[in-house]
Amino acid sequence: MTPRDDRAASPHPPDPGRPRADAPDGKATVVDCSGLSKSFGGVRALDDASLSASLGEVHALVGENGAGKSTLIKALGGRLRPDAGTIRVNGNPVTLAAPPDAHRLGIWTVFQELTLLPWLSVAENLLIRREPRGRMGLIDRRRTERRAEELLAGFGIAHIDPLALIEDLSLAARQIVEIVRAISHDPEVLLLDEPTSSLVEREVVWLFGQIRRLRGHGTCVIFTSHRWNEIRDIADRITVFRGGRHVGTFREIDQSDAVVLMTGRRVEALYPTLPKLPAPLPALEARAVAGRGVGGVSFTLHAGEVLGVGGLAGHGHRELFLLLFGAQRMTAGTLLAHGQTVRLHSPRDAMRRGVGLALVPEDRKTEGLLLAMSIRDNLTLSILRRITRFGVLRKPRERRLAQDMAARLRVRMPGLSAPVGALSGGNQQKVLIGRWLLAEPRVLLLYDVTRGVDVATKHELYELVMQLAASGHAILLYSSDAEELAHLSHRVLVMREGRIAAEMAAPGITAEAIVAAAVRDTAESEALIKVAVP
Amino acid sequence: MSATTAGAARRPRWSHLLGQNAGLALAAGLLALSIVVYCTIYYLAQRRFPGGFELTTTLNNTMPLVLAGVAQSIVVLTRGIDLSVGGVIDLTNGLAAISLGDSAAGMLAGSLLVLAVGALCGLLNGVLIAYGRLQPIIVTLATLSIYQGIAIRVLPEPGGEVPAAYTAVLANTRGPVSLVYLLLIVAFWACFRRTALGVGLYAVGNDASAAQANGVAVRRTQIAAYVLSGVFAATAGLFMAATSTAGDATTGNGYTLRSIVAVVLGGVNLFGGRGSPVGAVFGALVSAMIVNILFFSQIDPLYQSFFEGLFLVIAVLLTGGISRFMRRGA
Repeated sequence: MTPRDDRAASPHPPDPGRPRADAPDGKATVVDCSGLSKSFGGVRALDDASLSASLGEVHALVGENGAGKSTLIKALGGRLRPDAGTIRVNGNPVTLAAPPDAHRLGIWTVFQELTLLPWLSVAENLLIRREPRGRMGLIDRRRTERRAEELLAGFGIAHIDPLALIEDLSLAARQIVEIVRAISHDPEVLLLDEPTSSLVEREVVWLFGQIRRLRGHGTCVIFTSHRWNEIRDIADRITVFRGGRHVGTFREIDQSDAVVLMTGRRVEALYPTLPKLPAPLPALEARAVAGRGVGGVSFTLHAGEVLGVGGLAGHGHRELFLLLFGAQRMTAGTLLAHGQTVRLHSPRDAMRRGVGLALVPEDRKTEGLLLAMSIRDNLTLSILRRITRFGVLRKPRERRLAQDMAARLRVRMPGLSAPVGALSGGNQQKVLIGRWLLAEPRVLLLYDVTRGVDVATKHELYELVMQLAASGHAILLYSSDAEELAHLSHRVLVMREGRIAAEMAAPGITAEAIVAAAVRDTAESEALIKVAVP
Repeated sequence: MSATTAGAARRPRWSHLLGQNAGLALAAGLLALSIVVYCTIYYLAQRRFPGGFELTTTLNNTMPLVLAGVAQSIVVLTRGIDLSVGGVIDLTNGLAAISLGDSAAGMLAGSLLVLAVGALCGLLNGVLIAYGRLQPIIVTLATLSIYQGIAIRVLPEPGGEVPAAYTAVLANTRGPVSLVYLLLIVAFWACFRRTALGVGLYAVGNDASAAQANGVAVRRTQIAAYVLSGVFAATAGLFMAATSTAGDATTGNGYTLRSIVAVVLGGVNLFGGRGSPVGAVFGALVSAMIVNILFFSQIDPLYQSFFEGLFLVIAVLLTGGISRFMRRGA
């Protein structure tokens, strides 16, 4: 999608009161909830929310982080009980006190935070509470394994070993197991909360194939996503949520109109303009660096430049970023920071003054933030040495630095001493970036920082990246969203199998070109481009 | 959708099973090692290898710890801990000494009463933890004292009487009957692991919230775990009554910590979800072997506790290192 400047410039936001799309013709409403409210502490997650979905339709739920989508899905899946309101299934009011209540009604859910048991096998997870029984009514483990193998094969999954422990699977494979488990119950209503957040393109193609098949069989599929392309690709109707309320349901709505409804304000063109490149001054130079998963990568990143790194997941991006940050061993090659050869044995080396690297990782929950600690503590964690005197924290200085950074990044928060875990995903990401900015790095390695972040926050993060580049920071940017890379980078390196397969320079970088360069096989690339860039 | 890994050779089944039961395998290895060391030291001291008599006495003396270890491990698997194991042993041991009748029916009735009291103790723990939403460590620390207190009330002085026939069945000194009980424990667990409740124990220990989302009745499973723990602790109390032919309401006091040691040596993860009570059986036998080894090494009994601790640290470091190595190799 290109920035819709024409839309952004239109004087009136679309009228949320325009006629609601009714259920598709001849299709029976299966889920109908109204007046749902739910509060956590003082926060209203659902506020008189309603939703209606029919058999044989794919219904997308969109909204910013914290709009109440996940809470609604949990209420429908029996994971939490709403404080008020009614849920009707096939016209009958129901109480969903626990997941089995939903299961009995044919409602199965893929929750955003997966519900797999890590130290049990794929087979045990897929067939939990319906394991094949053998002698004396005891579980027959061999038959359980065979049944799981058949199940996976039936869904066209050949690469997941039913005997493997969940803990040993990649995030994407876990997501697939969770999806297969829900679909294998032949649901009448399938709820998918951010099912694609950890999938790569080819897996999204697979999931959408499954969703279309279910729709053909008359299943009602309700899903949430932050990726507009996916929504447009597959949803029959789109319901917009804001602040825990239903804003509108539409058969057709384009992204900029939806964004206005989701945010309640107008977002200017999604992608900001790239700052001009200053005279080239190398900040980070890799010469044939290699390590686990990385096979001889060379590039030069200049001050003030955004260098995009693209390609399909699992082709060495993550390893390259960890290697550049000293978190993974470099087995060959040379690394130069600001013209000086450096040897990085640990992230500590990478953060040293003369090097000045910072890595913002993708999984903010496990790789960076201390969720139970305050926003202030999280922000100042990387500069403790600078704000202590004789080992004692200088509180006022800490507070001032944290306050300034939170304001600069526009972190929406109840206060600096609130726990980071209470913030929405996008704001957590800002805190993590803020921590690294306080360390005053000169080179930023940003690894998929906008994944799972809502549109408005994405826009803010994009502007932040541009500001940082304009102020002379060198930025290496990996994103699983090719569209994002195409718009935010001065140059893009496409990685395939641990090497750089292509390099492109702005202007004229397109998402299609990035995806095409990432895969070799042309037939496959066409299928992928259809999903990634409709 | 599997272009990168389609058709890749799968790891064989045994390799998966070994990986998933690494704790159990290591505990078995540790037991084998400790038996070899014990036999060597025994031979050096006695100029002969230990025989049937040594086997019988060792097993009879270790059975209570084996049972306490099983009791503890079932709760640990659910990510809990049962500090009241020692208190339940005190109480059931004291009760056994005054309630076992002389007739076969009397012995059976007395035994069932003792087991029922153990189950009741576990039920109280489980209900407080599952419905009272209290920390297992605090609940069972409190009930440990409570059960110890009741035990003293039941049997104020060591004594009472255990029929000789009872001892002959449970703690026969003429042959290693306890081997049968060990096999029964293994058989029990092999079956139990293949029931919905058995899977539920692991599910709750893996991730209680995910287990709940999968339709596992988390609270009932927790309660069942503590009840089972109480029953196994009660069998430990019965065994001790049988071996000593009398009761002592303080005899179980050391068993809380020793059962945790057995669980750790048995490769059961203290954070739940991984391991097996069979491992705890091995762990209990290993700690018995350590005591035997110390005895035959003619180490001053004053230092026994010191060396037991030392061996525990070494064993845990060893198994931890090996399992990390195994995971990396996998």
